[in-house]
Amino acid sequence: MDISTQNAEAPPPTPQPSAAVLKSASRGATRPGDRIFLGLSRGSGIFLLAIMAAIAAFLTYRAALAISKDHGNFLTTFEWNTSLEPATFGIAVLAFGTVVSALIAMVLAVPVAVGIALFITHYAPRRLGGTIAYVIDLLAAVPSIVYGLWGALVLVPHMDGLFGWLDHYFGWTGIFEWQGGAPRSMLTVGILLAIMILPIITNVSREVFRQVPQMHEEAALALGATRWEVIRMSVLPFGRSGVISASMLGLGRALGETMAVATVLSPTFDINASLLDPGGGTFAQNIASKFSEATPLGQDALIASGLVLFVITLLVNGAARVIINRRKEYSGANA
Amino acid sequence: MSTAPVSHRRASTLRGASLPKWSPWAIAVGSVAVAAGIGLGAGLDSKVQWGLIAAILFVLGTYAIAARVEGRRQAKDRVATSLVWVCFIVAVVPLASLIWETVKRGVKVFDVYFLTHSMGVVADTQPGGGIYHAIIGTLEQVAIATLIAVPIGVLTAIYLVEYGRGKLAKAVTFFVDVMTGIPSIVAGLFILSFWILILDMGYSGFAGSLALSILMMPVVVRSTEEMLKLVPNELREASLALGIPKWRTILKVVLPTSIGGITTGVMLAVARITGETAPVLLLVWGTSVINDNPFSDPQASLPLYIYQQYANSAGSGAAYDRAWAAALALIAFVMILNLAARGIARWKAPKTGR
Repeated sequence: MDISTQNAEAPPPTPQPSAAVLKSASRGATRPGDRIFLGLSRGSGIFLLAIMAAIAAFLTYRAALAISKDHGNFLTTFEWNTSLEPATFGIAVLAFGTVVSALIAMVLAVPVAVGIALFITHYAPRRLGGTIAYVIDLLAAVPSIVYGLWGALVLVPHMDGLFGWLDHYFGWTGIFEWQGGAPRSMLTVGILLAIMILPIITNVSREVFRQVPQMHEEAALALGATRWEVIRMSVLPFGRSGVISASMLGLGRALGETMAVATVLSPTFDINASLLDPGGGTFAQNIASKFSEATPLGQDALIASGLVLFVITLLVNGAARVIINRRKEYSGANA
Repeated sequence: MSTAPVSHRRASTLRGASLPKWSPWAIAVGSVAVAAGIGLGAGLDSKVQWGLIAAILFVLGTYAIAARVEGRRQAKDRVATSLVWVCFIVAVVPLASLIWETVKRGVKVFDVYFLTHSMGVVADTQPGGGIYHAIIGTLEQVAIATLIAVPIGVLTAIYLVEYGRGKLAKAVTFFVDVMTGIPSIVAGLFILSFWILILDMGYSGFAGSLALSILMMPVVVRSTEEMLKLVPNELREASLALGIPKWRTILKVVLPTSIGGITTGVMLAVARITGETAPVLLLVWGTSVINDNPFSDPQASLPLYIYQQYANSAGSGAAYDRAWAAALALIAFVMILNLAARGIARWKAPKTGR
């Protein structure tokens, strides 16, 4: 494994091009050095696959231990009591909260992210575009715990006004009803997650918009289209599948986000139709906040909920990648 | 590109009337003024609401004025332009606010004492104490994770670019992509179930490093792969034509050409895992004293320290100040890594002529 670093410092060899050397070079990996190197690099690729398999296997094993001792139904129980006898726990509330908060985040983040991506590729002067892309990358570099601190300090107090307004005008829908408690609810979490997944959606969309064939755009411009018409007629249709998979990547991030949610949300273990009142928790948040006091069975139960999260994110991310890869094949874009 | 340069905007018989160049600014100033008026008049004390009203007024005003003067299509174009600008501003506001708050609250207790002392004899409610133990923990855990992840990641990337064909390479590519999306807490749970619950190894910095390396590997693979693909094939062919074995070609020609980009990718990956809290929370456990040994007993770590100080503070007091000061230290570290990485990328960019 350290061969690469050791040999990088050694002086380059002076090859003696003889017939034998040329012959063996043409045959590829027959020399011992080549075989070892191929073995090492292929081995690390296989090792990565093995890690994925191991994650699934070990989580399933511990989860099975926990679920066999679960007195309630693991999928539908609205409770998380792992220290009592008999233990009763279920993921219904967590699944609901995780999906709802991530969906809110996606719905809020995608339009803004697409806007920024368009801004960088089509509106901003070239130099400004580079700077903005950099600022967006910085947004991605901020650790999630700092987002959590910021959310609790700045975002939560600012939510009061918005929540009051939503309750006043849209409270009748039931979704935006507000009892007036601290605004540490699903909507706040969704907004915070939206800020956090903005960079990844922006970056992927930006790459896709960059690949739009210039001929398409120039053809539209030549027909007298305005800039917006160019974007609507050539850029967006070309980039649609890219934007879809970018949003799914963002969704995957939002599903698994832990510390920011744990810091901002005040969790309750029930489902509430209103997004403004406390209700629900997320998988990751539940694991982080219950872990330190968990009994051995409690740890296994948390691992079981982590397995569900793993499967969900695997499906979402896998689907996103399949969409991206399929697009690559027919567009011929060199991504 | 799409911005066709229109050098002279004289009145022409071929184009319709157009608004003067300064009109967006004028409309912006006007809508801000009106929004301020509405805000004062209606007694709205939140500046965010003022901003929202101003933004809505700006979009509506642009549409109305442009539709009258230039026609509906141009008006739509202008509205789209302003919406895109609004999106950009919406993204910058949280970042600016976050950095401002972190710096403002962080500098309160951020000094040399804070950086060089641990929390060993300081209770959470008392002032004083520092992050020395957390810095040691973070540096050791991240260093070990990097040592594990970089060789595996770079070798995998080499396999994918230089050797990879067929089903195995496709599977590796796909799962590396999927692996970048694994939630950090799931990586933590995996190491928990494997290393701590089944192998019975106990909480330690090393367990955290294992989880961090799982998060780091796919990032390193992706960035290295991109960089290796940028190396021109002519270089490889020239080297092979001299009779140099493929593995020496990779080590002596391909890697040195792309080393700048690989370093950048690794530094960005390091920056990413430095801020990870969840796996550290599950595996390293945290402590308030200095523990130099990552292989036994709980260690501290910066993100974990922030979380624990925050959780014990109830939103104010000495622990809260320490949480923000530690957040400042963490953000500064991550940003410096980011800046340095990008500096290296620019300085050592492969000269491909593209």
